[in-house]
Amino acid sequence: MNGTIIYVEGVAVSFDGFKALHDLNFMMEAGELRVVIGPNGAGKTTLLDVICGKVKPITGRVVFKEYTDLLPLRESAIANLGIGRKFQAPTVYTSLNVFENLELSLNRKKGVFNALFKKLTPAQRDRILHTLEIIGLIQKKDEIAGLLSHGEKQWLEIGMVMVQEPKVMLVDEPVAGMTDHETEKTGELLKKISTERSVLVIEHDMAFVRQIAKKVTVLHEGTVLFEGTVDEVQNHAKVREVYLGRGEH
Amino acid sequence: MIQASRVGLHLVLSALFAALFFPNQVRAQAFAQMPLATPLDQLILMLADEDRDVVEKAFFDLGKSGDENLLPTLEALREGSLYLWTKPKGERRVVIGRELIVRGAVEGYEVLEAYGAAPMIGPDGAPLFLPEAALESIRLSRRLRIKIGPLLDRLRLFSPEAEVRESAATKVGLSGDPDALPLLSKALAKEKDRWVRFALTEAIGLIRLSDEDPAVRKAAAETLGKIHAMDSVPTLEARIEADDTGVSPETDVAVKAAVSEAIQKIKAWEVWTRTVETIFSGISLSSILLLVALGLAITFGLMGVINMAHGELMMLGAYTTYMIQEFFVAYLPSDIRDVYFILAIPFAFAVAALFGYLLEKSIIKRLYGRPLETLLATWGISLILQQGVRQIFGAANVDVASPAWLSGGVRLAAGIQLPYNRIFIIFLSLSAVFSVYMLVLRSSIGLKIRAVTQNRRMSACMGITTERVDALTFALGAGLAGMAGAGLTLIGNVGPDLGQNYIVDSFLVVVTGGVGKLAGTVGAAFGIGGLNKLMEPGFGAIYAKVFILLIVILFLQKRPSGLFPAKGRSIDL
Amino acid sequence: MCKNKTGIGDTLKWVIFLSAFWIILLLMNTVPPKDSFFHLTDFNLNTAGKYMAYAILALGIDLLWGYTGILSLGQGIFFGLGAYCMGMYLMLSIGGEGAYQSDLPDFMVWNQVQELPFFWKPFESFAFSMLGIVLVPALCAFVFGFLTFRSRIKGVYFSIITQALALTVWLLFNQNSMNLGGTNGLTDFKSILNFPLSDISTQRMLFVVTGICLVLAFILCRYITQSRLGKVLIAIRDNEGRIRFSGYSASQYKLFVFVISAVLAGIAGALYVPQVGIITPGQIGVLPSIEMIVWVAVGGRGTLIGAILGAIGVNWARSFLTSNYPDLWLYFLGALFVGVVLYFPKGMWEVSGRIKNLFSRRAKKQPVIVN
Repeated sequence: MNGTIIYVEGVAVSFDGFKALHDLNFMMEAGELRVVIGPNGAGKTTLLDVICGKVKPITGRVVFKEYTDLLPLRESAIANLGIGRKFQAPTVYTSLNVFENLELSLNRKKGVFNALFKKLTPAQRDRILHTLEIIGLIQKKDEIAGLLSHGEKQWLEIGMVMVQEPKVMLVDEPVAGMTDHETEKTGELLKKISTERSVLVIEHDMAFVRQIAKKVTVLHEGTVLFEGTVDEVQNHAKVREVYLGRGEH
Repeated sequence: MIQASRVGLHLVLSALFAALFFPNQVRAQAFAQMPLATPLDQLILMLADEDRDVVEKAFFDLGKSGDENLLPTLEALREGSLYLWTKPKGERRVVIGRELIVRGAVEGYEVLEAYGAAPMIGPDGAPLFLPEAALESIRLSRRLRIKIGPLLDRLRLFSPEAEVRESAATKVGLSGDPDALPLLSKALAKEKDRWVRFALTEAIGLIRLSDEDPAVRKAAAETLGKIHAMDSVPTLEARIEADDTGVSPETDVAVKAAVSEAIQKIKAWEVWTRTVETIFSGISLSSILLLVALGLAITFGLMGVINMAHGELMMLGAYTTYMIQEFFVAYLPSDIRDVYFILAIPFAFAVAALFGYLLEKSIIKRLYGRPLETLLATWGISLILQQGVRQIFGAANVDVASPAWLSGGVRLAAGIQLPYNRIFIIFLSLSAVFSVYMLVLRSSIGLKIRAVTQNRRMSACMGITTERVDALTFALGAGLAGMAGAGLTLIGNVGPDLGQNYIVDSFLVVVTGGVGKLAGTVGAAFGIGGLNKLMEPGFGAIYAKVFILLIVILFLQKRPSGLFPAKGRSIDL
Repeated sequence: MCKNKTGIGDTLKWVIFLSAFWIILLLMNTVPPKDSFFHLTDFNLNTAGKYMAYAILALGIDLLWGYTGILSLGQGIFFGLGAYCMGMYLMLSIGGEGAYQSDLPDFMVWNQVQELPFFWKPFESFAFSMLGIVLVPALCAFVFGFLTFRSRIKGVYFSIITQALALTVWLLFNQNSMNLGGTNGLTDFKSILNFPLSDISTQRMLFVVTGICLVLAFILCRYITQSRLGKVLIAIRDNEGRIRFSGYSASQYKLFVFVISAVLAGIAGALYVPQVGIITPGQIGVLPSIEMIVWVAVGGRGTLIGAILGAIGVNWARSFLTSNYPDLWLYFLGALFVGVVLYFPKGMWEVSGRIKNLFSRRAKKQPVIVN
């Protein structure tokens, strides 16, 4: 599990003239758990959007596993390569139940005819149930997802990305709006996940960052300001100036 | 003395002849001042003569007089409303009696002078009423009946109205009768109006094309070519077209060359006028699209409401215009009738806006954030409105007359006329766009509207009554639809289906332009309208429409959010 | 797994219900004497057959709109394509028996068309016509869907574009130069496969075929919605963005369901034509297309049986009102649109469900009281 898994070079993104990212360079090793922090508008979410194909940059390169160019690919193709995305606001299929939410996300062939004719194998079923146990929703597997609490939806979405078995998981502010207890539980969950795959997390909550992170990347005004350990980041003068100086969360 | 100059020698003779027969009719004073005016009276009287030859002579002489005061006389003659009035004393006069009325128990006419059609005054100072029994209708022989049309045309060359003179000149020219030449030249000599002069020149040219003298024919062809006389092309072509035996009416080589050159010149000019026309009609259609789509751009673009009843709000505006017109006709004097249209525009806006306000308050406000649902609900509203109007006003189209000041148009050059009503709509839609721009982007209510559309909750927290702003915004969109409806009465039928004819097009404009962008709507309206008119001559209206749709679909391939997409980091997916 | 079992049981229940529905109607037409209270007239049987054809189309709309959330305002086009394919076959099978005794359809004689246009020729064959009924709508839906879904034209944009398409197709079919009968459409059919259409036995056969098609269409849709594909469709409706990041190509799924719904509409059109005896552009334009939506909205989108009952119910109401209170029909239809959207967003089916719940709750309560 070594080598570069995500390589972003010279990426620029512009919204109606506003430069969300410019000349951004970013690199991530396989198996790494990386946290990206930065003040509002630094381009954190946009970075994830670029990697998973939601936003196409005007210039630059995005390469997956050293040889796959992600830029010409559509979102679904990128997802099938092994890049899973957990959105900031929980996005689950609200009219399907919890089990079905995971069933749809399961890592298998996702063409129309497979969906029409292939039934769930017992092994796949077990995997879903296993994941349900990990995210703690096994009791609620038949509940309609739209009726879950905010925290449960977040976990469900994390579960959905897990059963997708991605090589890289992109996680956008997973603990926003969670209680302390939920936050801690989520932290454990992410740590557990990161033993099997690379995880890229965006987070504001410095306590949470401290809980999970080894290496932290600081974004500022659409480009990388600094990279290092949590302590290095917190002691870095420039970072303190642009970000921490405005008040720690 | 003008009178005198218009009357030919034989007229003088016939007048003398008439004077011999009807000595008591000759008014000495008039005879002294305008020696040849009075004979016109005589000629008119001769129309009632029993001798056909006398009648015929009088008839043609009147035609050649070129006196516009004779127009009503001859028109009355054609319509059979010219009468011979024999006074109890035996004195005879010719009068016009237009409308049969009943006074007391007697049917009769309030009569007019035959010459000039001035009302005649009776001994009591009131309009002179003559019983039908005292009048004898003057009828024309079939032979003369056929000739009266051209004769009237020649008289109309001297009508006080330029339009009448112009169309008369064209008709006289196309008749090709060389007898008319002197009259045409006379008319041309005193004519001031540019377009009547044009028509007269064309008429003279057309007639001279058949002149005996090749030089005259050649000059005529050259003149026609120089002035770009488009109506003369068939005649010109007929001159050089060979018949079955290979002989063309024109034999002279030099004239032939001049004729073909003239045809070429005119055809080249036609291409140019057609280009101008296409551009103008493109702009005109675009402005119509813009006008009907503007309200939608607000309700759809700013509020996310798919208002399928938009077309019916336009229909309401059109019917408001109709009702105001009817009110003017019924209750106000006819000379201020044309003002109704100026009044109708704000009224149509108000009626539709009020309706839109009620619609928002009752239905739309419960459907925000569910655009497909608004689509279905407003479609239901549109059906109800259509049926309602159909039951109140009937299924047939109602008649909305364009005000007189919007009939006709600006003539730029030969063959290019820009109708006033189209120009008015262009003006209306541009000023509507400007007002909306100012209102939405430059006023405080506009700021509120934009705030609410961008972040409803935040706006509410800032103390904006979002519900009020919603209702007002929707009312604004509806009002613009109503105004568009009033404008459309100028160019189209007003019926219960009026809205249906525009709704699809206007939605297409908004979608192509990009939702929420005024500039996009303007751009799309002009793009679609222009393309449509560009393709119409080649493909026909229906296929042009089909191609437009294809182009729009292909365009949306490249730019799924329209011309000017609203970019940005979207909060939802 | 037990959920799937009840799924199949449920399917069977509704298949029996639907089959019983049309078989009973057929028996009411054939068995009781004409003056009996239970007798169904030939005319009413024919009308019921028309409604069942509509119900097949409604199933397609429900798949598309109720499950996937795609509101197509152009389903009339596909209905029309199927109907015109069938109509062309029926026109050509008239042969020389038309009013002008020509091998060409009457309207072509009238329009002075000398030779049968090339696209008419294959419709002399019954087999090809049947194929065309399925393939022509499918192909058109595929091309249009491919272009629109690929470029992510969705939501109201899609609705508006399909409505514009409906208008365009309507304009085109009205053109005499299209050689499809212009505004008068195709009519005066004589026979199908040599069975005269004026015979009641032929009409009964058509009724049976329509009934079978309806049941088969229901089974197909049921299968689709019960499979994982059905869940993907619902997921697209709930959150089209998310499904892409789960690795599904939403546009492929949308294209699939769009084509299926077009085929169902085409079959419905083909069954409609011989029973009604005429197809004109007026039956396939903007207005009929959006009216089809209200059938499903009233019946209950997202429930297949609701769509079927909605199509039959609304059309029955239409027949009743247009013949008894012609002025009221449009008010009623308009009110239906508004009322359903405001008060019963899930349609009458949900209302009946609520009533059922009310009763079952009462039924459950009673034993408690007794105890």
